[in-house]
Amino acid sequence: MTTKSENQTLFGVPADSMVFARQVRKSFGSTEVLKGIDLNVPTGSVACIIGPSGSGKSTFLRCINHLEEVNGGVLLVDGEFIGYDYRNGKLYAVKDSLLCKRRADIGMVFQSFNLFSHMTALENLIEAPMVVKGVSRKEACEAALALLERVGLAEKANAYPRQLSGGQQQRVAIARALAMKPKVLLFDEPTSALDPELVGEVLVVMRNLAQSGMTMVVVTHEIGFAREVGDQLIFMDQGVVAEQGDPREMIANPQSPRTRDFLSRVL
Amino acid sequence: MSLPNARVPIERLVVVPRRQYGLWIGTALALLVLFLVVKALATNPAFGWSIAGGYLFHPSILRGLGQTLILTVTIMIASIVIGGIIAIMRLSPSRILNAFASAYIWFFRGAPALIQLIFWFNLSLVVREISITLPLLGTIFSVKTNDFMTPFVSAVIALSLHEAGYMAEIIRAGIKSVPSGQTEAAGSLGMSHRTILRRITMPQAMRFIVPPTGNETINLLKMTSLVTFIAVDDLLYAAQAIYARTFETIPLLIVVAFWYLSVVTVLSVAQHFIEKYYGRSDLHQTQAENGFFRRAFLWRREVAGT
Ligand SMILES: Nc1ncnc2c1ncn2[C@@H]1O[C@H](COP(=O)(O)OP(=O)(O)OP(=O)(O)O)[C@@H](O)[C@H]1O
Ligand SMILES: [Mg+2]
Repeated sequence: MTTKSENQTLFGVPADSMVFARQVRKSFGSTEVLKGIDLNVPTGSVACIIGPSGSGKSTFLRCINHLEEVNGGVLLVDGEFIGYDYRNGKLYAVKDSLLCKRRADIGMVFQSFNLFSHMTALENLIEAPMVVKGVSRKEACEAALALLERVGLAEKANAYPRQLSGGQQQRVAIARALAMKPKVLLFDEPTSALDPELVGEVLVVMRNLAQSGMTMVVVTHEIGFAREVGDQLIFMDQGVVAEQGDPREMIANPQSPRTRDFLSRVL
Repeated sequence: MSLPNARVPIERLVVVPRRQYGLWIGTALALLVLFLVVKALATNPAFGWSIAGGYLFHPSILRGLGQTLILTVTIMIASIVIGGIIAIMRLSPSRILNAFASAYIWFFRGAPALIQLIFWFNLSLVVREISITLPLLGTIFSVKTNDFMTPFVSAVIALSLHEAGYMAEIIRAGIKSVPSGQTEAAGSLGMSHRTILRRITMPQAMRFIVPPTGNETINLLKMTSLVTFIAVDDLLYAAQAIYARTFETIPLLIVVAFWYLSVVTVLSVAQHFIEKYYGRSDLHQTQAENGFFRRAFLWRREVAGT
């Protein structure tokens, strides 16, 4: 197995990179959904991905934490492959336990929240730290209550997901991801399933996270959020990165006609 | 704008429910039928109620009841374990495992229980000896089929394999009813396949698994009476043994029915509490239940304003 610094020399990964993709390809059957994605997200920065429906944004995000296996190219998080080890010029698939261990460092927040519906908010937060990391119940509860406080839901600790509004569920889901102390957080359209008046409360939590230095990759349709919080903006279309750059410049003055067309429709 | 005064005392208006003649006639008929049945049962001496009462706690009846309960519990546990394994095979991405599991369900659920029972009891006609032979070590275990396949053992094997076919489908349906987002979220938190199944999928699947499993247990309890055919001394067998001598057939069948119904009653109550336990995250459950009971008992409208 190669070390982080060896990987960085071997695959040309910048020293401060948290998420690094080079020529990532992914097919479902005969349809190629990702056709060579290049991306670098430096540690502590926020990358926002926008693009039309079906352009492969969710698929790319799911490839980052190996919920989907890529068919080509390399994807490294903090200088490490998630599902593989590189040896003698080959990528060897790692065993389940190692994959789980590496995945635990990558938090993910879903469009449909996916809180465990048979557990209270607090139980949702302490479950993974306890069963995956072996943290004691007492310690996990203390950390979880602090996190619920941080997302403004301390008084909902004992509520079941069904008893929470969409915005509250999504904030619990963010806290659940944070409970694993991840190196990077992936968001897949975290506000798309919410009523307009609930979007704000989730974005506030995300903005605070970004300010605290969390590395984030955010698929979103909230152009305002991308402009204010994003360090880079990636426009994906038909499985390729059609344009990327500084969010403010790109939104004010898009270079590619496809970006211009898309922005004119969502703004 | 001021409204003209009402001429009727609005706060003390009385609501008269609609007369439901159909309901009354139906109730009267049901009561009549009930009365006739009870009368026929009570006055016909052939039922022999006092004789039945005398046999209710007869030692060999109680021993038979014990045997029936042991069979039910053993077979249910075995079929949940086997059924669980088959269900997981059925859900696995491997085509071979999937096909194997499907074939299992097709065969053991499809062939009649009684035929499977008689087959296992007569296994010695097909296989004389059951032995395990390992390369190098030779035969490490060997037993005559006839010595091993006692009536009780054949009953447990036959009915467990049969019941497991049903349980496999129930468990599979339960697991599939849990949204895939739950598995994904758990995976993204670093949980392994096994942890996800144990901590996330199964607890949620239980809500769909418990009710049909309760039905299956009740079904199985009664199905165990089939073992009478291969001379396992269960409840029915014990009763038969007595009425074969005394010819008090009907009273003893009443005793048997009484015990089956008693156990079924206990099982139903247990099922209710298990369901409630696994449904505790369902916010609407208690409210809906209250609503149901309220509606069931509020069939007479209250007077408005009281
Ligand atoms: N498991 C799958 N099997 C087959 N095809 C899939 C699968 N998942 C995604 N696809 C296809 O891949 C393409 C990209 O899907 P993806 O979900 O990544 O799009 P997206 O950019 O996230 O779109 P949206 O904005 O609607 O969420 C779509 O054409 C979709 O039909
Ligand atoms: Mg998507």
